[in-house]
Amino acid sequence: MKIAKKVIDLPPSGIRKYFDIASTIKDVISLGVGEPDFITPWRVREASIYGLEKGRTTYTSNWGLLELRELISKYTYEGMGVDYDPNDEVLVTTGVSEGIDLAVRAITDPGDEILVVEPSYVSYKPCIIMAGGVPVPVATTEENEFKVRREDIEAKITPRTIAIIMNYPNNPTGAIMTRKDLEEVADVAVEHGLMILSDEVYEKLTYDGRHVSIASLNGMRDSTILLNGFSKAFAMTGWRLGYACGNSDVIEAMMKIHQYTMLCAPITAQVGAIEALKNGQKDMLEMVKEYDRRRRVIVRGFNAMGMHCFEPRGAFYSFPSIKFTGLSSEEFSERLLYEQGVVTVPGSVFGEPGIGHLRCSYCASMEDIKEALSRIGRFLDGLKKEEKAPRIRGRARRR
Amino acid sequence: MGKSKNKERPTGKSMREVLELLEKDSRLTAREIAEQTGLSEKDVERFIKEMEARGIIKRYKAIIDWEKYGDDSVYAIIEVQLNPERNVGYDAVAERISKFPEVVTCMLVSGDHDLHLVIKGRTMKEVAFFVAEKIAPLSQVTHTATHFMLRSYKQEGEIMFEKEEDSRLVIHP
Repeated sequence: MKIAKKVIDLPPSGIRKYFDIASTIKDVISLGVGEPDFITPWRVREASIYGLEKGRTTYTSNWGLLELRELISKYTYEGMGVDYDPNDEVLVTTGVSEGIDLAVRAITDPGDEILVVEPSYVSYKPCIIMAGGVPVPVATTEENEFKVRREDIEAKITPRTIAIIMNYPNNPTGAIMTRKDLEEVADVAVEHGLMILSDEVYEKLTYDGRHVSIASLNGMRDSTILLNGFSKAFAMTGWRLGYACGNSDVIEAMMKIHQYTMLCAPITAQVGAIEALKNGQKDMLEMVKEYDRRRRVIVRGFNAMGMHCFEPRGAFYSFPSIKFTGLSSEEFSERLLYEQGVVTVPGSVFGEPGIGHLRCSYCASMEDIKEALSRIGRFLDGLKKEEKAPRIRGRARRR
Repeated sequence: MGKSKNKERPTGKSMREVLELLEKDSRLTAREIAEQTGLSEKDVERFIKEMEARGIIKRYKAIIDWEKYGDDSVYAIIEVQLNPERNVGYDAVAERISKFPEVVTCMLVSGDHDLHLVIKGRTMKEVAFFVAEKIAPLSQVTHTATHFMLRSYKQEGEIMFEKEEDSRLVIHP
């Protein structure tokens, strides 16, 4: 059977590999998945069940239910200060994942280059390749708090560059960008006529200060595609519901692709999302408060055992450095999994700047986080002993 | 008379006492409970762990006088009349209602209504809208009556007003 070369060449997601290994080991604690351990707030589930009972089982408009788009528009205006017309500037998508794909496909011609701010979520580069574009990594560093700077971007711009894709609060580092930081990026974008694809799915998970969207900066509204969704803030990962906001030209272009591929997002999820936006703020704030508590515990825990940990100010990931151990990210992750039963994701899967780091999500329960920290501590002690004893090579024993 | 190192053997009765002590004060340590009941600390620890694992100890909770703290949340008692559903009786709808975080208590009761709910909200309006939008429209619900709570005198067995002071003399003449 013939498979397209660009698909064959796509590497499998680096996260999935560890997930698969973990499922074969007993008594595993997972800091690997970026999925809230909370179940979707009951009011949201109940609203969807009620909708089903009342026969809400049909297609919706390609754009999504108008009531939902109006609420998204209001939510975005109140939360970020950007005003979008619910009629043709808001598109309801099947998760932010579809939104990213649509945005990239809507703007990319073969050979166009899109700058990807790294460390980055794993799907951006494949999406760009699938759309016929060329992903160009822009590295950020821990010294600069994983923020992307003007000079980093400028160094990578060529006549083929059409856009920058970025994700703040960031997965995997937890970095955020302040208004001032974003202004630098906005300036470059304006100067070079670049679009910004801004994945802001973690916008509600900001622990220090308020999230600022680049779309809200002067002159940026029409050159930004703002991507957001319900998965993270409302613990609605499996509902697959997101949205894209932007200038009507680009949103209509995205809608065109959406119309011929997805047609519309599932109505049951849309009904739930309406309830989430109308009445789910309190549930969401409770979850954010709990993540913040876990964040403090995990960061303090890593630092206490000498794993220098960048302070995440958003999302629900910590990104400690393991460079001092001399192990590669992959080796550390794999051995930690086999020897202590803790799942983490090697930072290297998020791009070159992630090398020497681990991504540890703190959307595990507090009890699991504490247990994971003590197991990681034991693992580090084991490494110290190995240094003293002659090193035995080979794969570690399974638990 | 020498000091006996043998602690009392655990019986159902003494174990029940452990639960009663914890219900009164969940911050008691296993050692404190052992001292008060005469059981060994290890037995107490083992028993508590087992009770937690079996879901008999559901969780540890503090009773807080929020009003005194300055929180002016509104509580209401809602009487709900229901049409029971085939096969599942009252359970399905009662479980559905219980899952809303606003619902602090949900009990099936005898008398002229079926469910007795306690609802918590920020304002009277919020509670009233919750009942109107989430409880009343359910097809099994035939009638609701809302009673706003004005003051709580006793909650979970705890007196919520100032307790009488010990008026005895320090030393009896």
